Amino acid sequence: MASMRDIKRRKTSISSTQQITKAMKLVSTVKLQKARNKAEETTPYFNGMYRTVNSMLAKTGQIDHPYLRDNGSTKKAVIVITSNRGLAGGYNSNVVKLITESDLPKEDVKIYSIGHKGEEVLLRKGYEVTQRYPEVVEAPDYEDAQEICRQVLEAYEAGEIGEIYLAYTHFKNTVSHQPTLLKLLPVEWQEPEEAEQSGPDLLMNFEPGEEEALAQIVPKYVTSLVYGALVEAVASENGARMQAMDSATSNAEDMIADLSLKYNRARQGSITQELTEIIAGAEAIS
Amino acid sequence: MADNMFQVKIITPDRIFYQGEASMIEFNTTEGEIGVLKDHIPLTTVIAPGIVTITEAEGTKKAAVHAGFAEILGDKVTLLAEIAEWPEEIDLERARKAEDRAKERLSRKDANLDVTRAEIALKKSLVRQDILA
Repeated sequence: MASMRDIKRRKTSISSTQQITKAMKLVSTVKLQKARNKAEETTPYFNGMYRTVNSMLAKTGQIDHPYLRDNGSTKKAVIVITSNRGLAGGYNSNVVKLITESDLPKEDVKIYSIGHKGEEVLLRKGYEVTQRYPEVVEAPDYEDAQEICRQVLEAYEAGEIGEIYLAYTHFKNTVSHQPTLLKLLPVEWQEPEEAEQSGPDLLMNFEPGEEEALAQIVPKYVTSLVYGALVEAVASENGARMQAMDSATSNAEDMIADLSLKYNRARQGSITQELTEIIAGAEAIS
Repeated sequence: MADNMFQVKIITPDRIFYQGEASMIEFNTTEGEIGVLKDHIPLTTVIAPGIVTITEAEGTKKAAVHAGFAEILGDKVTLLAEIAEWPEEIDLERARKAEDRAKERLSRKDANLDVTRAEIALKKSLVRQDILA
């Protein structure tokens, strides 16, 4: 049996770890609250954007615009959003897995990485990281998203890349986060079945012309998607960390309870042994 | 509610900037200034940096809007703006400095200068000053 001192030392160490995980849990709970509010505020903008672009594409689907068709390049850009810090359970590895297990061939993928953790793993696995924006995750704002999209779209227009994907964690609710791989460009547009219901949309006019309006609105659409993904990813990160730290804290609690029991047993054992020794000694003298 | 009122919504990425009833809304598009009354034909248009004037029952409200687009449907106007500000949120001093900076960049005629970006920055700063004037 381990000595009393060993058990005691172990117990102290675990309780100090527990204090850390508890504090981290509290911090990420607060951050989650903030991030979630932000994500909710973004939703109306994003929904409006999505609706407009869809109704536009329903009208202009036939147009041969660079944003809508293949430009021949086999290269694929993937914007990967992960966190800068670990201790968030499977948050980062789930996003990375999404890419490694997708059917995108490794040699054709160019990574635009937002966040350290995913970037490190992807580099190790031999992916090409073209651009990195580690600082964006700390406090995402719309201008960051604009800057990233500008660079990606430039490469797209220059024909360096033929497809743009976005890998991030979708924030469903506090406990459920869904790693998602989304195709941004060329815009994949489904024949809208609800076209009949949204009757007035069919009469929509565009100013400037449809094609020009498309050229202006699609970059904004991509930017809003990236921004929405960023905000959601931050919320998911904090949610994942909160869960991870919560289970770490309760694990520590279990271990402490177990060690306390062992400690008390060892203490009792040593007292009994001491007594037996004293009695044996006394008997030997008499 | 008067008959000539319609729904106006201005949404930015971080918040619902404005939501209410108005009898008229005026703003700048890339094609020129436009004023919208109730029952306008359905129209989607791209917003140029400028001042948005919302005429409500109690008076008018002004705001600076810098980029985005507008969706106009008979009784509903939605402005999806990338940046929108009320006059009281604008820092005049900063706008002046931004104007100087943009002008300076444009006058330098640097080879690798992003002219469109500098022009947009200049326009933004001018709009910001305009609305305060």
